[in-house]
Amino acid sequence: MPPTSDTGAARATPAPARFANLGDRAWGWGISILGGTILVVAGLVLLELGRVARPAWEGMNVLRFLTSTDWDPVQEKFGALPFVYGTLVTSAVAILVALPVSVGLALFLSEMGPRRLRPPVAYAIEVLAAIPSVIYGLWGLFVLVPWLRGTLEPFLQGTLGFLPIFRGPMIGHGYLAGGLILALMILPTIASVTIEVLKTVPAALREGALALGATRWEAIRMAVLPYARPGILGATLLGLGRALGETMAVTMVIGNSPAISASLFAPGYTLPAVIANEFAEATGDVHIGALASLGLVLFGITLLLNAAARILISAVSRGTRGARA
Amino acid sequence: MNVHQEIAAVKSPPPLSPEVASESRRPRPAPGQEAPAIQPKLTVEHLNAWYGQNHALHDVNLVVPPRSVTAAIGPSGCGKSTFLRCLNRMHELIPGARAEGTLRIDGKDLLGRDVDPVTLRRRVGMVFQRPNPFPTMSIRDNVAAGLKLNRVPGDHAEIVERTLRQAALWDEVKDRLGASALSLSGGQQQRLCIARALAVQPEVLLMDEPASALDPIATAKIEDLIHELKERYTIVIVTHNMQQAGRVSDQTAFFYMGDLVEVGPTEKIFTNPSEKRTEDYVTGKFG
Ligand SMILES: Nc1ncnc2c1ncn2[C@@H]1O[C@H](COP(=O)(O)OP(=O)(O)O)[C@@H](O)[C@H]1O
Ligand SMILES: [Mg+2]
Repeated sequence: MPPTSDTGAARATPAPARFANLGDRAWGWGISILGGTILVVAGLVLLELGRVARPAWEGMNVLRFLTSTDWDPVQEKFGALPFVYGTLVTSAVAILVALPVSVGLALFLSEMGPRRLRPPVAYAIEVLAAIPSVIYGLWGLFVLVPWLRGTLEPFLQGTLGFLPIFRGPMIGHGYLAGGLILALMILPTIASVTIEVLKTVPAALREGALALGATRWEAIRMAVLPYARPGILGATLLGLGRALGETMAVTMVIGNSPAISASLFAPGYTLPAVIANEFAEATGDVHIGALASLGLVLFGITLLLNAAARILISAVSRGTRGARA
Repeated sequence: MNVHQEIAAVKSPPPLSPEVASESRRPRPAPGQEAPAIQPKLTVEHLNAWYGQNHALHDVNLVVPPRSVTAAIGPSGCGKSTFLRCLNRMHELIPGARAEGTLRIDGKDLLGRDVDPVTLRRRVGMVFQRPNPFPTMSIRDNVAAGLKLNRVPGDHAEIVERTLRQAALWDEVKDRLGASALSLSGGQQQRLCIARALAVQPEVLLMDEPASALDPIATAKIEDLIHELKERYTIVIVTHNMQQAGRVSDQTAFFYMGDLVEVGPTEKIFTNPSEKRTEDYVTGKFG
């Protein structure tokens, strides 16, 4: 190997190298400015929210606000807990229902399903993603809620009624309805991201398992899912983000009652729903401030869950790093 | 590498086994191949393979004796991998791919509808071109992966050690069996994959260019390993490296554009081939 080839090549083409360098730098600056802008906008939103929320903070204890269950704007009693609870419970129901279904659908579409059935199912998922949330709300109101009241809730109470979450009066409107609507809405997100994640699993891994005498399902469990796990977690996180912030469909079916109940059948309320419902009619600065504070709480929850999920993903992906090269 | 000089001496046909197959069951030998003295491990008759409309293998006939190494050589795209994949029915995983003809292992049909490919693949193991250990598993779990699939009871420690020794990897990994398989070098990963394939005790080991992604030292280790494995396993190896075929194999099959042009003892293929195309290829006139 000629020892001078490196320096020789570098010396032969100085001008293009410098130009490329300039382009790279301009590009880098442009990207930095765009990225910075996003951060600034997010910061401004937070500041504005804080400014609007401030009147509610006069003489108010943050801890009281977060832990009180009373919400009575007329008497200026503001407790965030029922909304936090409703948001977390509906989102949890949504993830618990949507995650297994989505992963199953994604596996069906990319690994196991009969090839002829795949396109229609893929199309149905796309359609689900495109439906406006108010339509989901209407469907929930006219189809899901009556079905829950008449069929699913009596069934759950009859079979699993010893669990507190399945006790109490069966109204139809409630956490379960909200959670199921959310599940339907986040399912396309989780499923389509999971499909993309499954596509990144190297065929060599799948073949390695199959060549050992694994069945298709065993190959999925042994090679595909472990490799895809961090990506599926990311997909779940995206779905969770949508579930936490979804307003319209949930408010139409959850019953909009600022209460906390152990039963999934009971009516509740979520953070986005109460903000949307009360903002227009809010009278005093304090009421508006309390609603803006709920917005800050929602913001905080989203950030916290994001951070937690990120830590989880990096812990889980430790095993697959390097294999992606 | 002294080992490679010894190889010529080893390159005699495998010893006669007492259980000589009855004359009637013995399959017709392929042209250019001497009649096998013992029952062949694999018999390939009139094998044709297609990818959709692409006729990738034309009427391949070949016999693989037990405990021997058969090398498949030929220019890229000539059908070597396709041939190999048919032998454990991995071709069925590719949409649109199909194979016709007769494939037999120990005289028993292998392509039939009543043969479970999953069971077959436990008898006919495979090692791929690029090392493909399971990245989320430890070294130990990689070796034991096939045992778990077979629901072999026990903690597998003994089998893991035995197969890692067979794969000439034990001394390098015995102190870190719990480490990730990705912490190994490429050559070590490939030997781990060989161990993984050996752990389920296959009868035949298929290797598709197992050393093409490795450096010369790792390649030499794999070649030495093939020599040792030949004592117990029947090996079919694809390589586009003719020196490698010469070093490791007992018989060599030359493929060209989907045809099996010639098959015979490795020495003959490299020194005195019957076909012009074979001679041109092994003397480097094309390919
Ligand atoms: N997965 C596949 N789908 C379609 N055609 C394929 C596929 N794999 C191989 N082929 C075709 O089959 C022929 C033989 O390929 P292959 O067996 O991979 O050759 P080799 O291993 O000798 O390089 C080539 O023409 C190739 O294009
Ligand atoms: Mg190939």
